Amino acid sequence: MTEFFQSILGEGLGWFVAHLILILLIALPVMLVMALSTWMDRKVWAAMMLRRGPNVVGPIGILQPFADGLKLFLKETIVPTGANKGVFFLAPMITFVLALVAWAVIPFDAGWVLADINVGLLFLFAVSSLGVYGIIMSGWASNSKYPFLGGLRSAAQMVSYEVSIGFVIICVVLYASSFNLTDIVESQRGNIFGLLNGNLFNPLLFPMAIVFLISALAETNRPPFDLPEAEAELVAGYQVEYSSMTFALFFLGEYMNILLMCALASILFLGGYLPPLNWAPLYMVPGLVWLFLKVVFMFFIFAWVKATVPRYRYDQLMRLGWKVFLPLSLFWVVLVSGWLVFTGHYSAEVASPPPVVESAA
Amino acid sequence: MSLMQAAKSMLLLEFIRGHALTFSYMFRPKRTINYPYERGPLSPRFRGEHALRRYPNGEERCIACKLCEAVCPALAITIEAEPRADGSRRTTRYDIDMTKCIYCGLCQEACPVDAIVEGPNLEFATETREELMYNKDKLLANGERWERAIAANLAADAPYR
Repeated sequence: MTEFFQSILGEGLGWFVAHLILILLIALPVMLVMALSTWMDRKVWAAMMLRRGPNVVGPIGILQPFADGLKLFLKETIVPTGANKGVFFLAPMITFVLALVAWAVIPFDAGWVLADINVGLLFLFAVSSLGVYGIIMSGWASNSKYPFLGGLRSAAQMVSYEVSIGFVIICVVLYASSFNLTDIVESQRGNIFGLLNGNLFNPLLFPMAIVFLISALAETNRPPFDLPEAEAELVAGYQVEYSSMTFALFFLGEYMNILLMCALASILFLGGYLPPLNWAPLYMVPGLVWLFLKVVFMFFIFAWVKATVPRYRYDQLMRLGWKVFLPLSLFWVVLVSGWLVFTGHYSAEVASPPPVVESAA
Repeated sequence: MSLMQAAKSMLLLEFIRGHALTFSYMFRPKRTINYPYERGPLSPRFRGEHALRRYPNGEERCIACKLCEAVCPALAITIEAEPRADGSRRTTRYDIDMTKCIYCGLCQEACPVDAIVEGPNLEFATETREELMYNKDKLLANGERWERAIAANLAADAPYR
């Protein structure tokens, strides 16, 4: 497509137009899925509480997120008197843009990736770490007590859990011997005796998948780690002073981050766009569908956890992050690297050229 | 923390059990009533919107004794009365401020002729406050509209009074 536009519009402009279209092709469906994910979240949560959830707008309430969006769009944006206006408006934009920009490196199918960079995982990690800035800025710029406390809590929480997420990622990277997300997905092909696709089925990496899931919950401020916005203590945390579209951007960014973490979990542990079984007929289904199903499955787990567990206390949260997950994941990095050196996996991978990405089926 | 406890918490056994429980709840029948289309049962004693009733021959029941006005703890009822042309004592004004009313039901308990009653209607929300200042016409209209339901409720509750 890039060549086509470059032949019409010239080198630079053609590249620009082609990538703009590609970005829209990724961003719009992702935003649509995100809107529906808020609906699914509420439905699952409601079902587990024996409630019905949204069921009025559209068939089984599926248009509810759009009604909510319209409502927020029509509301008045209120800026607190003491707020630092520039930072106040910048914060939700940063949250939203960062959540969206991370999708650039997600491989939706073999070769279907906007930016096929060789450090894709590092990029994702960096972007998700930057997300904390939006929250800190909103907490500070609101010039109000609850947002400030919520912002501080969020910063501490995200930093704590990012450490263990980093080590989990290193475990997977050691196995795949690549930071490129497509390579990581391909490395999971035929993982156990050539039968199953996915690091999840690797007994050595399974505990890390659980650690990743729990850390991802903490990273995205989902229950049981939703302390930055704990209603009982902080009203809504860093979102207290936000209204209308500024709030909507936070809300969108939050769910986009959750979906991103779901996609990341799918790619790192569930085999991304590969079918779960390494069986030829399953490759008839497009990889996009498999990735979508895996993301939906992960999102269901996120909603399921939300409906099940009560909120952690702050010291428990920190204890879990620093005293349980950090030593555990650190130990696992040593374990995995030791195992790989012991079995000669690593030297063999380095000696041979990286696996050729072949199209599915 | 004993070794057993540590192993249990490391294996997340309690979390798994909790999640299994919530998952089983997901497929149980919903307890929520789909309100505008489905409704829960209402007791015959339900105290909803007020109504002034008439006798079957069309005559107003209310004899302007003002017992309801006197008993009303929220002072929501205002009554003015004078003799009618045929000599019977009737109200010329019977107002209920529905924004003051606390739906205690003392007015219908006090009424010697079952004229003022609280009917089964609970959906009388309005868009303006003024619409909630009920006058005699509105109350009599309510009585006509809800007479069958009110009469059935009174009959159902009669054995217990």
